[in-house]
Amino acid sequence: MSDSKDLLRAPFELAYNYKRSSGPVMSKFFEALGQQKILGTKSTAGKVFSPAAEFDPETNEPLKEMVEVGPGGVVESFSWIENPQHHHLIKEPFAFALIKLDGADTSMLHMVGQCKEADLSIGSRVKANWSEIQEQRITDIKFFTIEK
Amino acid sequence: MSSEDTPKDYSESPINLEYFYTAGSATTRFLNQVKEGNIVGQACPKCKAVYVPPRGSCPRCGVATDIEVPLTDKGCIESFTVVHIPIPGNPIVPPYVCAMIRLDGANISFLHLIQEVEIEEIRIGMRIQAVWKPKEEWTHSLENIKWFAPIDEPDVDVATLRFQES
Repeated sequence: MSDSKDLLRAPFELAYNYKRSSGPVMSKFFEALGQQKILGTKSTAGKVFSPAAEFDPETNEPLKEMVEVGPGGVVESFSWIENPQHHHLIKEPFAFALIKLDGADTSMLHMVGQCKEADLSIGSRVKANWSEIQEQRITDIKFFTIEK
Repeated sequence: MSSEDTPKDYSESPINLEYFYTAGSATTRFLNQVKEGNIVGQACPKCKAVYVPPRGSCPRCGVATDIEVPLTDKGCIESFTVVHIPIPGNPIVPPYVCAMIRLDGANISFLHLIQEVEIEEIRIGMRIQAVWKPKEEWTHSLENIKWFAPIDEPDVDVATLRFQES
């Protein structure tokens, strides 16, 4: 076996240009994001899922009723990213957080930016900041910031 | 695109995996030769089977293929397929032919393109030879060979290519 430093090594990129079909429920959720609105789906029992769910995971009920939630919410849990990597969308330290939006009963995974680690805690009030360009994607929400 | 009147049937969801590929010692030896325009297979010391491209061991005998075997860039088409469906990001325009190339003296084949011939004329057993890129473009890649093209030699009966235990 030759010395490992003599071995050929090259960067490699494997890429798939997927198009994801959104379906009737998620389409409404993504379309609303393009208009700077966050929707959730509401079950007959009154539980609100946001991001929208197509079915109630407990009752299997198909969910069709859309309700607006947010744009404010509460941090339920977070993970602080002190050293963002090149694939992260925020280049300064930020947090991935589970955010329960006002009016929702479930939480959404997103980012909290423009804050210090010490300023963020479970229970912090945060608010959606919108991207400059709306593309009907979850990244239409640029990140959340702590409500002043 | 207006978000108000355009229904959202799908969204772009590209997936990118970026990593480093480490060739390993057998492939490194092979690709260092390819960079010089040489195709060097590796033979099993037990059953004498010649592997190109070599993976470093003989799957039949489970031993390292540490015998280097220089090969020619001539061989025959062991099998082929006509590709009609374009692959995103692939610059080659369909229809085109991908073939399993069996080089003379080798016991396995590898995949490459067949060009410079009408698709209807391509057949199993056809004699072919590598068409190389200009030397200054050579890298550590079998893409140094642009494609394989037919040569004026009689067809090979591929049944004769079957591995014979020596």
